[in-house]
Amino acid sequence: MNPRLLFVLRRLGLTIPVLFVMSVVIFLIIRLVPGDPVRTMLGFRATPESIAQVRAQLHLDDPLWVQYRDWLAGLLHGDFGQDFVSKAPLSELLAQRVPVTLEITLLSMLLAVAVGVPLGVRAAVGGRWARRLTEGFVVFGISVPDFWLGIMLVLVCAGTMMWLPPSGYVPFTEDPGGNLTYMILPVLTLAVAEAAYIIRTTRGAMLGVIGRPFIVYLRAKGTRERSIVYRHALRNAATPIATVIGIQFGVLLGGAIVVETLFALPGVGRLIVTAINQRNYPVVQAGLLVVATLFILVSLITDLVVGFIDPQVSDRGES
Amino acid sequence: MTAKSTPAGGTAVVRAFFWLPRSARAGALILVVLVIVTLLAPLIAPHDPNAIDPTHVLAAPDLGHPFGADALGRDVFSRTVYALRTSLAIVFASVAVASLAALPLGTAAGYFGGWVDQVISRPLDMLLVLPALLLAITLIAIVGPGSIVAALAIALIYLPILARVQRAASLVVAHAGFVEGGRARGWSSLAVLRRHVVPNALGPLLVQAAILAGFAVQIEASLSFLGLGTQPPTPSLGLMLSEGRDVLTQAPWVEIFPGLAIAVIVLAFNLLGDGLRHRLDPQGMAS
Repeated sequence: MNPRLLFVLRRLGLTIPVLFVMSVVIFLIIRLVPGDPVRTMLGFRATPESIAQVRAQLHLDDPLWVQYRDWLAGLLHGDFGQDFVSKAPLSELLAQRVPVTLEITLLSMLLAVAVGVPLGVRAAVGGRWARRLTEGFVVFGISVPDFWLGIMLVLVCAGTMMWLPPSGYVPFTEDPGGNLTYMILPVLTLAVAEAAYIIRTTRGAMLGVIGRPFIVYLRAKGTRERSIVYRHALRNAATPIATVIGIQFGVLLGGAIVVETLFALPGVGRLIVTAINQRNYPVVQAGLLVVATLFILVSLITDLVVGFIDPQVSDRGES
Repeated sequence: MTAKSTPAGGTAVVRAFFWLPRSARAGALILVVLVIVTLLAPLIAPHDPNAIDPTHVLAAPDLGHPFGADALGRDVFSRTVYALRTSLAIVFASVAVASLAALPLGTAAGYFGGWVDQVISRPLDMLLVLPALLLAITLIAIVGPGSIVAALAIALIYLPILARVQRAASLVVAHAGFVEGGRARGWSSLAVLRRHVVPNALGPLLVQAAILAGFAVQIEASLSFLGLGTQPPTPSLGLMLSEGRDVLTQAPWVEIFPGLAIAVIVLAFNLLGDGLRHRLDPQGMAS
């Protein structure tokens, strides 16, 4: 069989048990709450009748494996259950929330790659000043907590200067310009740390390639430096860069939780945090499930991309 | 200074300090100062961190309140000092718990391999199916918010990472000649592990623990910021940042100083970790 196809199939096969384990863990969350989760959810309103009613509504009295089977069957049909507080179907809620989180994370990643890769290349091949400045930026980006940076950005750009709205959100479909204006500060907040990691990895990967004999050969041949750096060296340094982008996407999904809360953006992260404080377990489960699935899909895509740009990886998978 | 006065030898601590690369010495110094500050918090903090003072609401920084005062007139400097205490306690507890659990698990997985490795490594890999902050939030969703839960959550995030590093290091050492020699001499597995494997495989784990300790401060602050970590009135850097947001434009000092404190700790641990890496982990097993 085609080794590439085999690699893709093998990697897809590995994803299924991971998704299964993740779904079991998230399914068990509500069952692992110490004491009676329904009593905790209802709080002072709890009476024996209301507890029995909610237990029946959430099917908590069925055998565990039946509950899991029904829950999984519902998920596969797009039924994520019901919001415990508002009684709204969670699939609708998630359909509103997920695009917001995806927009922030994807825009941040785009910005971080657009800034990080060229700066990482300059840090590797540029002069002393390029090296020092990028090193300073990397240390800054890694050390400063993202949400504090966000608050400082609000202080400067929204508070003192009144350039940008400090927080809020409008959907892209209603007002594209307004939507992007609201996105500027959250995206900057998340992108700085991501860019720092991408710079560091790009620099390391480029330094590893620049000393190789084929680069010396290209120089001797008289190839233009620009072409050597961007066409030949960067391509050979692509594997670690793609890998770190994939890993950092997971970090971004975590960071989005904090940044959504900070900027009052209606994404999945803020949904989860609010739901935890309200003991709204069905929402917590649905939110965690969506983010964890995104995370697993991103690692899958990363591995596939790395396999395609570096045939050594996919060939190794075959043996 | 101390080293100059004791040129021949000196104490083990001083020698260890000068054995570090220069940037790591800076990191180590900052951390030592911070630990002393937190240990002596009652002597250093000029005010009670929770004392409400209506006459100083949102007071700007001056000599009596070097970092200003917050919305309740509480001294931000005193609160930062006590919050450092909370944060560092959570960080040390979480990293210590994770390292102490990862050491036997990773060593056994790397040294014995085979089914031992499978039984230990597969369940730990499952912890990596969620992004770090989300794993912490999942645990908090189950158990409820609090400082101890936050510390355990961070330990849970770090356990698979540290165990993996320790496994890789033990795997390399397990095939070294001197380990073979120990076995040939008829030593028990436990003796070989204790005398040869663990001492020679410890470096990457220490490096990784130092780097992760810095990020633990950030994770703890994020959780407290979201209201899921340390609960008021205990001063915590994340909580202070969350409270300061409401008075950001009138009193930015409430926000600026706790954030700078976090950045300084992360920076110090990173400098220390990078320096340790040069000395203890030249093959770069820690990430």
